[in-house]
Amino acid sequence: MALTLDDVHRIAHLARIDIDASAAEQVRLKLAAIFALIDQLNGVDTEGILPMAHAQDVMLPMRDDVVTASDERALYQSVAPAIDEGLYLVPRVIE
Amino acid sequence: MITGTIAELSQALRAKQFSSVELTADVLQRIERAQPVLNAFITTDAEGAIAQARTADSTLRGGDAPPLTGIPIAHKDILMTAGLKTTCGSRMLAQFVAPYDAFVVAGLKAAGTVLIGKTNMDEFAMGSSNETSWFGPVRNPWNTDYVPGGSSGGSAAAVAARLLPATTGTDTGGSIRQPAALTGVCGLKPTYGSCSRYGLVAFASSLDQAGPFARTALDCGLMLNAMSGHDARDSTSLARPREDYTRLLREGARGKPLSGLRIGLPKEYFSEGIDSDVASAMQAMLAQFTELGATMIDLTLPHANLSVPVYYVIAPAEASSNLSRFDGVRYGHRAEHYDGLTDMYKKTRAEGFGDEVKRRILVGTYVLSHGYYDAYYLKAQQVRRLIADDFTRAYEQCDVIMGPTAPTPAFKLGDKFDNPVQMYLNDMFTVAANLTGAPAISIPCGFDNTGVPIGLQIQGNYFSEANLLRVAHHFQQATDWHARTPPHFTPDGPTETLAS
Repeated sequence: MALTLDDVHRIAHLARIDIDASAAEQVRLKLAAIFALIDQLNGVDTEGILPMAHAQDVMLPMRDDVVTASDERALYQSVAPAIDEGLYLVPRVIE
Repeated sequence: MITGTIAELSQALRAKQFSSVELTADVLQRIERAQPVLNAFITTDAEGAIAQARTADSTLRGGDAPPLTGIPIAHKDILMTAGLKTTCGSRMLAQFVAPYDAFVVAGLKAAGTVLIGKTNMDEFAMGSSNETSWFGPVRNPWNTDYVPGGSSGGSAAAVAARLLPATTGTDTGGSIRQPAALTGVCGLKPTYGSCSRYGLVAFASSLDQAGPFARTALDCGLMLNAMSGHDARDSTSLARPREDYTRLLREGARGKPLSGLRIGLPKEYFSEGIDSDVASAMQAMLAQFTELGATMIDLTLPHANLSVPVYYVIAPAEASSNLSRFDGVRYGHRAEHYDGLTDMYKKTRAEGFGDEVKRRILVGTYVLSHGYYDAYYLKAQQVRRLIADDFTRAYEQCDVIMGPTAPTPAFKLGDKFDNPVQMYLNDMFTVAANLTGAPAISIPCGFDNTGVPIGLQIQGNYFSEANLLRVAHHFQQATDWHARTPPHFTPDGPTETLAS
């Protein structure tokens, strides 16, 4: 697989990570080396093999549909970058 | 200097040879002296530790104290500790104070341990050398020009340097076993689902598992007893009856204690590409196990060389999803200057994450992006199945599988830092146990010609921890590799001159 600079900028945008234009080529080279490693999988015949998503083949456990969580808003917001009256503050998105 | 294994210290505390407060004060002093050299800790909590030790002493006086009462331990800084910083070795969480305790933290607290602090680690547990930490690299106590391995490098180095008897770590692709091997201590990755991941900051959810570091197999068992158990707050936590992981360690060690044990030796673990000193240590180790009564079975794991490629699809894919929560809104770092919401996300994440973490997020984002899912993620999950099937077949012929934990002993700081793929290949023997979910332990089994340790990995089938510990224990009864101490950190060594 040939990873282009456009690919790097596209996935960086999807991942919401700013990449400096001057550093992009270095990033591309290292990612390309990693994909060369990953591409070893291409040669494996996996026809009809059931994908393994998880180490244990167990059913997802279900619990009773009752409220168990207590109100910890103040505690959880104590580590937030910016809050006001119990709300998380983010940059304005609607003008 | 008060030093010893958990088992020894526990006995001494009960015999009133010293108090937990004295032991804790001694540990804190040792850490302070070693810190400028090793950088094994991110946070220490002297005041809190002494207070817990005081409580432990009164519990001990009352009799009927839980098994680990008064034993000082430290947690990898990825496990949440209420009221103490949990940084994950990242600028993103450099000021983050967890609002609650992780399951394993609570378990060890309930068992009476004294929490000394939080250990340094590769950022978000991504690394094999502990060089990606925002708080600087950890150094190997055996030779401070060398890395301690990673990602749980601080936890491994702290036990190796005899700063304290045990620590916790987490293992997603080898992050307990590889640093254990590189620093000459024992490190156990339990069966996936044994230790609840509640409060373990997620890297790759289908692979992450917490486990102990200690000097001996017995101590690993004592730690695991307090760390494991069912927890409804982790949907992958297994509901199984509690077990005493040390129960098989009380058998006598005379004669041939391991007779009947079938040790599987995959030819892929003994091929070229292994450091020659590591290969010699493996031969000596096998001779020792033969003497203990075990028989050797040659076998093959045909897909072994695909473990690392599979891992570098699955782990980054899961990481890219898990780490999307670090967006500068609810907690963690937020960029100071930005233009709008998307720019805030992008700058926050560009500043908050280091290069290796960003690389893995980008790889994961790519393999999960539209049009590539089948070619990468699905393919990797299929090969993951093939790898697991290899092990299922192997365990029809043997009880445990042995080989080197890592292909080389510790390497110098900076040697592999700019070559991610070379760094990843350090985990070539450890990642399979994460992909299958089965348990594995690394124990010291020799040294290379420069004097740094070599680790032996013992893998077993699901839920065979007690047997792995038994096998390791008998090896440790017959050898003293685990008892060797780095020259600068022996009880009589020149520890006090280290900081100068």
